[in-house]
Amino acid sequence: MSRSQEFWHGCRDILPLIVGAIPFGIIFGTLSIGAGFSTWQAIGMSALVFAGSAQFIAITLITGGVGAAVVLLTTFVVNLRHALYSAALQPFVRHLSSRWRVPLAFWLTDEAFAVIQHRYASDDVSPHKHWFFLGAALTMYLSWQLATLAGIAFGQAVPNVASWGLDFAMIATFVGIAVPMMRTRPQVASALVAAAVALLTWELPYKLGLIAAALAGIVVGVWLEQRAERRAERHARKEANPCKSGC
Amino acid sequence: MQIWLLILGMLAITFMIRYSFFAWPNLRFPRLVEQGLHYVPVAVLTAIVVPAMLMPEGEWALEWDNAYLLAGLLAIFIAAISRNLLATIGGGLLSFFLLRWAFGQLPL
Repeated sequence: MSRSQEFWHGCRDILPLIVGAIPFGIIFGTLSIGAGFSTWQAIGMSALVFAGSAQFIAITLITGGVGAAVVLLTTFVVNLRHALYSAALQPFVRHLSSRWRVPLAFWLTDEAFAVIQHRYASDDVSPHKHWFFLGAALTMYLSWQLATLAGIAFGQAVPNVASWGLDFAMIATFVGIAVPMMRTRPQVASALVAAAVALLTWELPYKLGLIAAALAGIVVGVWLEQRAERRAERHARKEANPCKSGC
Repeated sequence: MQIWLLILGMLAITFMIRYSFFAWPNLRFPRLVEQGLHYVPVAVLTAIVVPAMLMPEGEWALEWDNAYLLAGLLAIFIAAISRNLLATIGGGLLSFFLLRWAFGQLPL
């Protein structure tokens, strides 16, 4: 595919995820006004930080009167999963110049990662897959800014919009990303363990339970995958040498 | 002013995390790390979603009128059957707001 085809396919493929992100952006805009942000500060946070769940949690913490150090620590913990996205995509962007890598990293979100990883995993050899990345990421960025603006306007016009439960949009989006990924038994086990640990560690401060849950899920997934591999190897050896253990 | 400093701090932290591995293009991983990465999105997203469904207000809510739980389960069902993102988001949101409306939880 040509550069522009890749770019437009990126814009197109991320659209379903934007449907989920828009209500989330709207509620962020609405809540930020409620937390005492000026219109420019709310726009500034979406434009400069561009990390939905971290922005959302930061607003909640600021409303609760927590200090800046705690907000920054929480931002770090909540966004740590992006290091893993960054690591997962690194083999595909390592040939690009930093003029590409810097903006692509800035625009790396859960939503962008979901569609971009899918594109890089597809079999066709295209030298322009980073244009797909750019299209998906830019579309997400622009939509997030527009949703924030809509939320600011909405929050100023409609009372109690915060109590509508627009945050469910995040749940539906993350379910739509995660469930189709659970194709193997280790993947399902990984999700179940992560869920259980997240519930058990709910009381831990600063979303530390989220990190504990993620680590537990990853360890269990890798362990089960390696166990299945060892079993398959033993099985293959037996098939190859059926008489080794005595006929 | 303090809010602007906070925003810049969040920008710095978030960008450093996202750029971390892109910054060293020649860094390679042992197989174990690569294997682990495959489980990251599923584990992290599940760890965000499940407590949000079972404890939408920060405490256990195993109740029949918990729309987060009911619509969340429906979304999981739709996602498992269709493997389609738009259907999951659309179906999930629609059922969520219908349930909230039916339970009288919308401030209308």
